[in-house]
Amino acid sequence: MISSVRRSAFRAGMFVLSLVLIAGLWEFYKFVGPQNGGQLFGMRILPRANSQAMPHVWDMLSRYGRPEMRGSDRKVWSVVLAGAWFSLRLSSAGFILGASIGVGLAVLMARYRVVERGLLPYLVLSQTVPLIALAPLVVSWGGKLQIFGFEWPRWLSAAVLGAFLAFFPVSVGTLKGLTSVPSSSLELMNSYAASWRQTLIKLRFPAAVPFMVPAFRLAASGSVIGVVVAEISTGLKGGIGRLVIEYAREATADPAKVFTAVFGAAALGLVMAAIVAAADVMLMRNRPKETTI
Amino acid sequence: MSTDSFASRVIPPAVFGVGFLSLWEGVVRVFDLKPYFLTPPSKIIVQFFTNFGPIREAATVSGKNALIGLIVGAVFGVLMSFTLSRFRFLSQLISPLAVALNAVPIFVLVAVLNNMFSITSEIPRRIMVTLVVYFIVLVNVAKGLTQVHSTHIELMRSYAASDSAILRKVRIPNAVPYLFTSLKIAAPVAVITAFVSEYFGGSQNGLGSRITSNIANSKNAAAWAYVFGACLLGLIFYSISIVLESAASRGGAATKKRN
Amino acid sequence: MNAVELSGVSKIFNEGTPKQVDAVVDVSLTVQPGEFVSLIGPSGCGKSTLLRLIANLLEPTTGAIAVNGKSSAQARQDHDYGMAFQQAGLFDWRNVTKNIELPLELKGWEKAKRTDRAKQMLELVKLPEFAELYPWQLSGGMQQRVAIARALAAHPQLLLMDEPFGALDEMTREYMQGELLRICAETSTTVVFVTHSIPEAVYLSNRVVVMSPRPGRITKIVDVKLGVNRGEETRNAEEFFSGITAVREALRGTHADHVAANAVRGVEDR
Repeated sequence: MISSVRRSAFRAGMFVLSLVLIAGLWEFYKFVGPQNGGQLFGMRILPRANSQAMPHVWDMLSRYGRPEMRGSDRKVWSVVLAGAWFSLRLSSAGFILGASIGVGLAVLMARYRVVERGLLPYLVLSQTVPLIALAPLVVSWGGKLQIFGFEWPRWLSAAVLGAFLAFFPVSVGTLKGLTSVPSSSLELMNSYAASWRQTLIKLRFPAAVPFMVPAFRLAASGSVIGVVVAEISTGLKGGIGRLVIEYAREATADPAKVFTAVFGAAALGLVMAAIVAAADVMLMRNRPKETTI
Repeated sequence: MSTDSFASRVIPPAVFGVGFLSLWEGVVRVFDLKPYFLTPPSKIIVQFFTNFGPIREAATVSGKNALIGLIVGAVFGVLMSFTLSRFRFLSQLISPLAVALNAVPIFVLVAVLNNMFSITSEIPRRIMVTLVVYFIVLVNVAKGLTQVHSTHIELMRSYAASDSAILRKVRIPNAVPYLFTSLKIAAPVAVITAFVSEYFGGSQNGLGSRITSNIANSKNAAAWAYVFGACLLGLIFYSISIVLESAASRGGAATKKRN
Repeated sequence: MNAVELSGVSKIFNEGTPKQVDAVVDVSLTVQPGEFVSLIGPSGCGKSTLLRLIANLLEPTTGAIAVNGKSSAQARQDHDYGMAFQQAGLFDWRNVTKNIELPLELKGWEKAKRTDRAKQMLELVKLPEFAELYPWQLSGGMQQRVAIARALAAHPQLLLMDEPFGALDEMTREYMQGELLRICAETSTTVVFVTHSIPEAVYLSNRVVVMSPRPGRITKIVDVKLGVNRGEETRNAEEFFSGITAVREALRGTHADHVAANAVRGVEDR
């Protein structure tokens, strides 16, 4: 127990160290790199090293403390935090929606082989296809669509997109788990004349948990990606994606600001991952400590 | 298994696919759904062939970005993985970073990259794809190089084999399937990343930008056609990676029984 | 009333196709209540299939199976038997007590009754201190003991066992055999026991049913004259060795026939 805490602390420390090294590399390039970009092997692939294109790391960090816009009272960190919080709520909603539907569909596929045969190829294939291309279309429903008098809010598009990306890994992973039960356990349940529902609840679901855990991790990052892409593809107000785009537009005048939003988006992803990881630990307590798949 | 005949594996997805498309078409017509909500598949196909030229051009731009990033990222990933497997400390340093990067929407970096290069360059997108592919390939191939059966290593040691001989005869062959698995993951991700990078401004020649511009001009059916084109591009990349994988693997992996 | 009655039972897989397997052919057998009967034979002789026919996990192609005077299907619905396999098959996510409670949950027992019975069973298999532990924290032998406790939790009159000690080392195996006999004596359970091991079959059983491979038939039924009270000294008894010899010879007979027909994996002679 103690050693696993120490291991986590060690890994966290290594993570911080790697960030410091990256910052170091950044500054090093600023120091030696061509101010207006350069060529390598005949291609213009060396970025500009001047302070406008590549602000100093400490400038990026200090930017958080200064006001967002000239004449505005709000500091950057509060704006970025609000944006990240907005996106976090959307990602969570998307995750829960997508994961629930994914699990439900997996149960359906486990129960009816024909449904599995019909749907699974599409589910597997969807993970290889940029479904994210649908993002602008889904977001465009916002403000225009009315279903039975309920007007589709734009933020719902982002959540739906997050749900969409979360759904696929969960359905595939859960199905794999539900059907990877050893024959002897099924024979055991058969010998108790257990119904399919009893076998599902007492055997298949608990056996599926080690498969659902990595699927949830993928779903968490999927929901963040879905939400952020929805936000940036049409500038959904309030989210971190829009902040990234806005600040990127001001990058010539205010080069450090865009980094604040980028770090905010990264923090969003990490927080979402941490929440799901905590849930994973809860789900996998009392299990043998072999590594999950 | 006799029940896993070709027919039983092909017919259900075919039925589901046709059924889904028919339902889509039917719902749009019956409920007279507005074009800005859903376009019927019939119109999409028409638009796809009408716009085939521009779609192919845009797909080539996005596809080129994805391909270059995929190749460069994979090459660097493989090279770095050798270093990683040699120096344990490096792998301990990089692995938490790789895990963290998996969780974040890393493509937002394109906003930063755009600023570091000229506005019309495709380089930021290629760098983005390279970065994403690099970490995927790095982590997997490093795993393949280091996670070798201890009995194999013991055997080689009993032959007094040098480290480089072990590398050549045991680790590298072990890592080859990991490389192809990582390419299978990285290929669609490369397309998606190339795609999403276009939303951050910069040159507007790729598929992503075309979709948004079509929507802005209320040409939704055309937008759907571009989406379809994007999906085809993704499928092409994935198919290539599957072909590569099967060409490289000797014999099939044992499949677990589905209960 | 017989505990188990098999009349002219056959089980044929893939009948009529080139892949037809005559797993069990025309088997008739009666097991008395309280008896311990072993099924032994080389791989492919149909002993596991026969066990699963009794358990109603398979339907016979021809013939009738009665358990406790009922049809095997009814016996399964009524939870009239408990089953144990070579892999203990405990659920990783449940602790020992909850694993034993599984059949009782399915039968709809209320919590207090279940916990009591689980405790009882743990005492029976001599593992009361391990109630809160998880299966992966136990050795193979202890897991099998928990599996036996689970199989007997609902106090079925019949115990069906498919090579439950096959994955254990020799010393643990002999210890478990003794424990099994003690438990069955205390609960007066009828046992049908499938094994590969001749000494194990003789040590445990009143009768040893020797089977021959494809088609699976009963070759011979050997009566074991070892009496009711068996202990460590039984393993040195004259009747123990004569029993082993009798079973071995019966197997040799089937073995020779079969080797003439096709290659087959033999039976352990330890």
